[in-house]
Amino acid sequence: MNIGWLTYLLLLPFVGAIATMAVPKAKGLLAKQVSLVFSLLTLALTIVIAIGYHQNGAADYAETHTWIEAFGAHFALGLDGVGIVLVVLTALLTPIVLLASWNDAQQGRWSEKSFFAWILGLEALSLGVFAATDVFLFYVLFEATLIPMYFLIGGFGGAQRSYAAVKFLLYSLLGGLLMLASVVGLYVLSARAGDPSYLLTDLIQLDISQNTERWLFLGFFFAFAVKAPMVPFHTWLPDAAAEATPGTSVLLVGVLDKIGTFGMIRFCLGLFPNASEWATPVVLVLALISVLYGALLAIGQTDIKRLIAYTSISHFGFIVMGIFALTSQGMTGSTLYMFNHGLSTAALFLVAGYLISRRGSARIADYGGVEKVAPVLAGTFLFAGLSSLSLPGLSPFISEFMVLAGTFSKHRVIAVIAVVGIVLAALYILLMYQRLMTGPVRDGVEKLKDLNFREVFAIAPLLVLIVGLGVYPKPVVDIIKPAVESTMQRVGVTDPAPEIPVTEGQK
Amino acid sequence: MSAVLTALPVADFTAPKLEYTELMPLLVVFGAACVGVLVEAFLPRYLRHLVQVALAIVGLAAAGVLTVLLMADKKELIAAQGAISVDGPALFTWITLLALTLISVLLFAERSVDGGLSAFAGQAAAVPGSEAEREGTAAKVEHTEIFPLTLFAVGGMMLFASANDLLLMFVALEVFSLPLYLLCGLARRRRLISQEAAMKYFLLGAFASAFLLFGIAMLYGYAGTMSLGGIADALATQTGGDTILLAGTGMIGVGLLFKVGAVPFHSWTPDVYQGAPTPVTGFMAACTKIAAFVGLMRVFYVALGGSRWDWAPMMWVVAILTMVVGSIVAITQTDVKRMLAYSSIAHAGFLLTAFVGLAQAGSGVLNGITSTQAVLFYLVTYGFPTIGAFAVVTLVRDAGGEATHLSRWAGLGKKSPLLAGVFAFFLLSFAGIPLTAGFTGKWAVFTAAWTGGAWPLVVVAVLCSLVAAFFYVRVIVLMFFSDLPADAPDVALPGWQTTAAVALGLAATVVFGLVPGPMLDLAARAGEFIR
Repeated sequence: MNIGWLTYLLLLPFVGAIATMAVPKAKGLLAKQVSLVFSLLTLALTIVIAIGYHQNGAADYAETHTWIEAFGAHFALGLDGVGIVLVVLTALLTPIVLLASWNDAQQGRWSEKSFFAWILGLEALSLGVFAATDVFLFYVLFEATLIPMYFLIGGFGGAQRSYAAVKFLLYSLLGGLLMLASVVGLYVLSARAGDPSYLLTDLIQLDISQNTERWLFLGFFFAFAVKAPMVPFHTWLPDAAAEATPGTSVLLVGVLDKIGTFGMIRFCLGLFPNASEWATPVVLVLALISVLYGALLAIGQTDIKRLIAYTSISHFGFIVMGIFALTSQGMTGSTLYMFNHGLSTAALFLVAGYLISRRGSARIADYGGVEKVAPVLAGTFLFAGLSSLSLPGLSPFISEFMVLAGTFSKHRVIAVIAVVGIVLAALYILLMYQRLMTGPVRDGVEKLKDLNFREVFAIAPLLVLIVGLGVYPKPVVDIIKPAVESTMQRVGVTDPAPEIPVTEGQK
Repeated sequence: MSAVLTALPVADFTAPKLEYTELMPLLVVFGAACVGVLVEAFLPRYLRHLVQVALAIVGLAAAGVLTVLLMADKKELIAAQGAISVDGPALFTWITLLALTLISVLLFAERSVDGGLSAFAGQAAAVPGSEAEREGTAAKVEHTEIFPLTLFAVGGMMLFASANDLLLMFVALEVFSLPLYLLCGLARRRRLISQEAAMKYFLLGAFASAFLLFGIAMLYGYAGTMSLGGIADALATQTGGDTILLAGTGMIGVGLLFKVGAVPFHSWTPDVYQGAPTPVTGFMAACTKIAAFVGLMRVFYVALGGSRWDWAPMMWVVAILTMVVGSIVAITQTDVKRMLAYSSIAHAGFLLTAFVGLAQAGSGVLNGITSTQAVLFYLVTYGFPTIGAFAVVTLVRDAGGEATHLSRWAGLGKKSPLLAGVFAFFLLSFAGIPLTAGFTGKWAVFTAAWTGGAWPLVVVAVLCSLVAAFFYVRVIVLMFFSDLPADAPDVALPGWQTTAAVALGLAATVVFGLVPGPMLDLAARAGEFIR
């Protein structure tokens, strides 16, 4: 039995979580340092894996061990273009969040070290989710991520944290349990066809009748739609994101919610291609509603964190739209979007968190004129905001453009309406900036300190990446493309042929 | 009468042949119980506790070893002239029952959480609140009869789970029920509600027994035999008599579903679970359910399998009702023990889905998990956390004994993070969160149900799981996210017995959650019931 790289990658943060908890209570600082070191080690290992993946492809990292024979379950890990991108995102965001949240857990219900340990535990489980190539293993890890997140929200958030944590858990469980029904159904189909197996490679070969496929698809899709979250299953996210600490919100929106869109690509499209195609019209409309509704509600918010949460709902609408447009451009754009959205929303949440922790209020009305008092803070906030509204030159622009272009080639009306979302995005970001940062200095704001070195250092990598990938996204796109193409093949769709013939001269 | 006896030619009388090797586990348990009664009669009081506990543990362990040997031998046969079926499921049930009873006995023997006294009344006959009771408590009088009673109960359960004959099944039911009625009424604290519980349990239990007996009589009227195999044969060959068959099936169903705790025959469960001494509640919740379920499956699969299309629809209804009522009513509970009682009802519902799924090796389903395997596995994954959870309940105490009202558990996570964490883990397992035993168990029963075609039940079951998750999570919220009140109950320092019980429950919950493979294989090896 040979243990592969990915298993070590999963174990590393997990060991880190245990090590963090093992540090005596009196040495709070040491515990934080231990957790940061482990998250950086994980990041280093991830980079090694990503480089190896870029050079040698996925084959090096696939590993399969039988886990529960009677269930046909395996401990099977592997990477594809979509998976590696999200693995990198997870490994990248975790140390940033740890560093940015250095003092955020002080007012928590429990000791600071448990906050850091829970985050590392969440990282381990999330990495497993993105690497799992066995449906059972995926399901188990998918549900298990709820536990650390539940305690992170409930233990370290704002006044309404218990309510938010329970709401988060129940919504997620509702989706998860319906998915369980579908997972069980897959087992039954697989057992009827021969030896039961949950390996993706085996399940893909199953011959599923049309009706069954649709029902199973719905079970999976519902879970992912709650997770993503799409309107009308989104109401848990603003509560959770507003009550959690900024760091938790980053992981929630940046990593955990990506499981939803990731699952749509890998499981909905991968396992139920025909049903996915069948559901496309409804899903696209729902995605469109998410784009517009999320953006409109964002404009009306009075709470900074809730506003950012609603912008995410709008962004997730774009991601889902790109996936279900079923064009290679749209799907590649969506995957890239997942990564970029992780970066830009993380930056936005963290800077907003810096701001809120200084003033002690998340209400937009309590601020004004911050840019005069804390220019660096205001500047980074503006930068993060501009990336969130997809300013050309910053990375989210490229992905959003790809999504819209990919959708337009097949579903014109939807794409055209969705463009309104971009305008609304400019509105909600710039209005927020205007209210918070410009104008006369409000009472209570005049003594705000500007960002300190740690805070700048924590978000600097995000800003660098946003610019870098905005100018030169090719390396990431190159990694994503093959995976998208194989998914497209699986679904059996091709990109629509261009209507204008390519002339000799243009060639 | 005597004329008939003397007329009987001596040569025709042969002693019944008994397969002593195969029946030895039963004989050891019953033997240990009888010795326990003698100990009670002849040993001085100060020695009894020690001797009784040792006897019970040794007896259970010896029976366990013998059962394991039988399992290793893979000897399956109908013993005792066709009355007892020592088959795979029976052996699996025996070893599970013995293991869980062993843990329960440890809890029964615990004396350190309540000032050197066990959880049982010193003198059951003393009027609650009377001078005699106080004197008894001061003198540390104990009822050590509980240990032989427990052995009788578990012996009866083992017999019940392996009975191949309806009459023996009825006898076994009474053998394990009567000691349980008694045990329920023996709480040291809150004696009135304990006695009330015993009374309710006894009356309703007697009522259910009557139903069962009536059903047995009707089936005898239909088939002309009490043996399960004989009834199955009659079903295959006989025409006519459907009315009496259906009536008999229904009445037997009522009797068995009562013991299982299925809706609408569940109303005793919360009262009895709440009133009984907590260690007994744990024992009942885990072991009675196991015995009753295996008995239910044996009767309905072996004897009535031929008429499954008659009873399966009704069982669908019962399964749905049980899940829905169990999980919804649990939300309104304010007492830990009552909440766990309703949770056990909901679990009975989940088990019933696999039972009515009828995924059997013989019925065209070649691959995958069978109903028997799933139910047996689930019973294991449910039994260990259940006893562990009730063991935790015994530790949260105030001046009046156990503080079982949920509001008293607020902030427990602050007071004793370890205990609250362990309890939260058990709750997560009951809720079926992955990486716990509860999840693999749920997965197994849902799969069996779907394999047998009962996928609508699976959908209802997952929705009910969500409702159930809500009330489990509510307790976690209460323990971890609420502030500690000034008059919070104490967490008693457990003796080694309770520690061991909790630790075993915890270990089983983790192991069956992470590597359920071996236990599943064991359940698969148990195979089907033989007749």
